[in-house]
Amino acid sequence: MKYRILVLAALALATQPAVAQNKRPAAKPPAAKAVQVPAAEVKDAATLEFEKFRAEMEDSNPAELFEMKGEEQWKSKRGPKNVALAESCDLGLGVGKIEGAYVRMPRYFADADAVMDAERRIVWCMVEKQGFKFDDIAKQPFANETFTPDITNLVTYVAGHSRNMKLDVPLKDPKVHEAYEIGKEIAAYRAGPYDFSCNTCHGSDGKRIRMQNLPNLSTPTGAMGGVQGWPGYRMTGGIMLTHQWRMGDCFRQQRFPQPKYASDAVSYLLTYMIGNANGQVYKGPGIKR
Amino acid sequence: MTKKILLAVLAAPLLTAALPAAADADYRAKAVATLKKDFQPRGQASLDRLAEDGLQTVCNRTGNKPPEYLAKQMEADQLAGVKYPADGKLMGDWREGEKLAQSGRGFTWTDNPGLPVGGNCYNCHQIAPKETSFGTVGPSLYQFGKLRGNSPDMQKYAYSKIWNSKAYNLCSEMPRFGHVGALGEKQIKDLVALLLDPESPVNK
Amino acid sequence: MADPMKIRASLKGDVAEIRILMSHAMETGQRKDAAGATVPPHFIQSMTVTVGGKKVIDGQIGTSVSRNPVFGFKMKGAKVGDKVVVNWVDNKGDKRTDEVAVA
Repeated sequence: MKYRILVLAALALATQPAVAQNKRPAAKPPAAKAVQVPAAEVKDAATLEFEKFRAEMEDSNPAELFEMKGEEQWKSKRGPKNVALAESCDLGLGVGKIEGAYVRMPRYFADADAVMDAERRIVWCMVEKQGFKFDDIAKQPFANETFTPDITNLVTYVAGHSRNMKLDVPLKDPKVHEAYEIGKEIAAYRAGPYDFSCNTCHGSDGKRIRMQNLPNLSTPTGAMGGVQGWPGYRMTGGIMLTHQWRMGDCFRQQRFPQPKYASDAVSYLLTYMIGNANGQVYKGPGIKR
Repeated sequence: MTKKILLAVLAAPLLTAALPAAADADYRAKAVATLKKDFQPRGQASLDRLAEDGLQTVCNRTGNKPPEYLAKQMEADQLAGVKYPADGKLMGDWREGEKLAQSGRGFTWTDNPGLPVGGNCYNCHQIAPKETSFGTVGPSLYQFGKLRGNSPDMQKYAYSKIWNSKAYNLCSEMPRFGHVGALGEKQIKDLVALLLDPESPVNK
Repeated sequence: MADPMKIRASLKGDVAEIRILMSHAMETGQRKDAAGATVPPHFIQSMTVTVGGKKVIDGQIGTSVSRNPVFGFKMKGAKVGDKVVVNWVDNKGDKRTDEVAVA
């Protein structure tokens, strides 16, 4: 008789009988002969062409149209309280100050007692200062072909005022540091039907899904690859989309349920990602395929 | 006969060697709590997907590097769960396999749960030479059968690997397609044929 | 009401470079919404560009042009301070005029 000790201290959450009653050793896969792998590096002409096109388009990015709308919305008195964000909203550098604010978020906001990314902070201002209802904003927080929410315009406007500035997430702040560490764990958390985590795709260098290069979020340049160009104007469909949207779409492809809008989970993940890219230059609202 | 003893706290030291420091465990606990509070179900993506099963727990808590004794044991358990076709045939139609390998659909909150799920193979692997848009998360499978032959053992290996990749590498990045019910017997047979059939373009 | 355009006009040597960003849905009438219903066509039909009082472009455009389109062109003969006036009209009769000075 043999006793099997299952280590359950750390496994209290185990829900499926993954550790079944079976004692025979794993069958060895038949040994393969030397595997000859043909050159995996395919000349990615499509990507190169698109980069050229993007460089051209960056000069007249339709994102500017959304910046313009955002500017008007930032400066005008709106909401049930009839207050302008420009005279009430503190993005971390003082009320109404937006120069360089985007590259310094996520950060800790004492008035909200939370670490917030830029989009979430602006939503917070719209709710707390202007009197908008959070649930109304969260009902359709991202743009589609026929509708662009105000928050998207506002984020794009604010992001436009951090053009060519270095990312500088205040990681030394203990609250931000904690958010970073939790975000790092969220990125590593495998679950769902396919056992995917963020890191499954974004945890090592030089990987692709089909032809799409996958930034490695654990390195500064890799993380920048996940930050640059957001908020971004997606040419397919002509839609302005935010970094929050992008995080949600990653979770969708990860086969996870949907993160709630403007939640800690997304703020923490963004803290990890943008924090890793600290020191890199942010080029402002971008353009995406 | 096997008797299982579940030790809640006592067994912890066994794993600690492989576990990161306590601060990390604390952050991990907070991360899990954050995920549980901050996600909502959408479409077919229900909240129970956030719960780890036993294997995911082990991989999550060991940074995908489980202690060898545990990995061996659990890999064996995963392999034991593989269901082989009743007719004993493991190779199907490579043409169907190729179609399936191309499709990346399934299981997301935007997918229609009534439709069949794709194999997602080209997302991560090079397979047939004609398809140049392939991912590199997994190894190249080009000439898979040509290099290895298609002996019954090899067929069984390919079938089991697709059914449950974790039977051979506990924290493999590859999904457990059969185990989670994404792919059925016929589909896996077709994929085995794509990899091993001498007529498959993979082996030309 | 239609949203404003973003126009940039800068003189480099004797060549003025003019870039126009228009905010418009540019629905082709072919697209279906999430419910499967056809989205009715809604697109800019004509546009004009006047520089320093002279009409330099009088164009017809249609459904092959993308949402939020960008137009760019170069011209000789413009001076700093010349007014660039851009005007468009869509198939629903909605219109918009914006202007900027050559810099």
